[in-house]
Amino acid sequence: MQNWNLYSRGDKFFAMVVSVLIGVFTVATLYPFIYIAAVSFSSGFAAQAGKVVLTPIEATFEAYGYIISDPQFWISYGNTFIYTIGGTIVSLMFIIPCAYALSRPQLKGRRFFNLFIAFTMWFNAGLIPFFLNMRDLGLLDSMFGIILGFAINAFNIILLRNFFESIPQSFEEAARMDGANDFQVLWKVFIPLSKPAIATITLFLIVARWNGFFWAMVLLQSESKIPLQVFLRHTISNLSDDDEFAIVQTAAGFSAETVTAAIIVCSIIPVLIVYPFIQKYFEKGILLGGVKE
Amino acid sequence: MSDRKPDSNWVKTWDHFRREWQIYAMLLPTIIWFLVFLYKPMYGLQIAFKDYSIFKGVANSPWIGWEHFHTLFNNDSFIRAVRNTVTISFYNLLFGFPAPIILALMFNEVMHATYKRTAQTIVYLPHFISSVIIAGIVITAFSPTAGIINTFIGWLGFDSVYFLTQPQWFRPIFVGTGIWQEAGFGSIVFLAAIAGVNPSLYESAVVDGANRWQMMWKITIPSIMPTILIMLIIRIGNVMEVSFELVILLYQPSTYETADVVNTWVYRQGLQSGQYDLAAAAGLFNAVVAFVLVMTANTLSRRYSRTSLW
Repeated sequence: MQNWNLYSRGDKFFAMVVSVLIGVFTVATLYPFIYIAAVSFSSGFAAQAGKVVLTPIEATFEAYGYIISDPQFWISYGNTFIYTIGGTIVSLMFIIPCAYALSRPQLKGRRFFNLFIAFTMWFNAGLIPFFLNMRDLGLLDSMFGIILGFAINAFNIILLRNFFESIPQSFEEAARMDGANDFQVLWKVFIPLSKPAIATITLFLIVARWNGFFWAMVLLQSESKIPLQVFLRHTISNLSDDDEFAIVQTAAGFSAETVTAAIIVCSIIPVLIVYPFIQKYFEKGILLGGVKE
Repeated sequence: MSDRKPDSNWVKTWDHFRREWQIYAMLLPTIIWFLVFLYKPMYGLQIAFKDYSIFKGVANSPWIGWEHFHTLFNNDSFIRAVRNTVTISFYNLLFGFPAPIILALMFNEVMHATYKRTAQTIVYLPHFISSVIIAGIVITAFSPTAGIINTFIGWLGFDSVYFLTQPQWFRPIFVGTGIWQEAGFGSIVFLAAIAGVNPSLYESAVVDGANRWQMMWKITIPSIMPTILIMLIIRIGNVMEVSFELVILLYQPSTYETADVVNTWVYRQGLQSGQYDLAAAAGLFNAVVAFVLVMTANTLSRRYSRTSLW
């Protein structure tokens, strides 16, 4: 149906206008990132004076030099990797077996368990009871608490359960003939067949962990445990409030603005590296979990 | 005879668990997790009706009935937070809801495949960026002296504006940031719906001499109406869920007037000032309203599309 040669002149004009509008929106999406990158490579003086528009002004690496010499930057960067990798593995260890069990027709109380899990999507106790519960469990200021306390959400389980339910029985029967038990069926049949769905969930988990901020801010007190996002937040609020810092550091060639921008760049880079690999999955994934007939 | 039947039932159940114990073993850790981390806090919600003291704990603090709710509804800042939540959600709906639909319709008209692909790759990206970074970008860009926005305003010959300290600017900035971040990603669902439209509809329209503009209005939009409706219902169900993380990162005391939502209010009263019981009551109010909205939304969606959301 979409054949350029069949387009009338009016249609061609329409397509051109739309393409231009798409281009404008795309540039508008991209521009803030370019701007931040330009600020991060500019001198503190140029950034403070608002001279940076598209490219670095008085180009310098001073801001990067400042943050990489801050041990806290590396500590929180490392912590973010621990939370992301550890958290994702723990989540999958809960989610995959549970989704398998819920997809089994012979499971007694299946309706109840489904409702038990789904109910938490519609109603949750809220910030305060959750916080007090974490405190009562002794999980304040605990890296383990961050990893375990946010390991599961109902949505991911339901998404994977739906996928498991769509796997034809014949695949399983062959394995059963060979005397496979449920663990083996899950490991040798379901997981290999569900790679796209598991990849999608893994992606959601990784992104959520990498970006996780609020609860890390609330629950963690020790600087040695905070993830990058909390460090970034501290830096932004401290630097912009600290007038003395501004005077001293501008003389040194960087400013609150350029340091903030440099941390933003450092924290986005891993996302940009992974992004092309994950892109092919999330378009499918969002539909997997989206509205189904 | 009469007592043999329950007996054989017991045997059958025992047999079932012996044969199928593995699936229960797989389920158990998650069930325990839900009990410990999500259901136990629901038990803890009773502090909304208690004079909670850290030393007495949840169970032993004295009951005080609805007192916290009376306090809440006589508290101007709480009422303001409820009003702000609804207002911000309304603006999100008004401007944020159509954006991904329009974007998807436009993507559908772009002929050049590589151009389209590249544009899509870029506009999906902000969805994956954390709210701290988004806030960092906004704070930098809107800064009164250093920010690019005020640089542009300066070029136009106007005085710089202290955007993030002025209440009237909070909502436009917040809603605009939301559109910038989510419109692209949100268009995926609608693009999928468009891809599912029966091609023969377009073919016969071409035979009838329809142009692309007419096809968009007469074929594409009516065909994706069910998806639009369901997404709209989901959005209405989530009215109480303003992304408060971003609010916390962007607001300041001078903008509370327009920016403070229920969850940020709960955060300040509870986690920062330690009024756990009152804040828990506010959270409970929010959760109950949200629950009713979501349930209503699901009923509506069942009725209109015979599609349940779960």
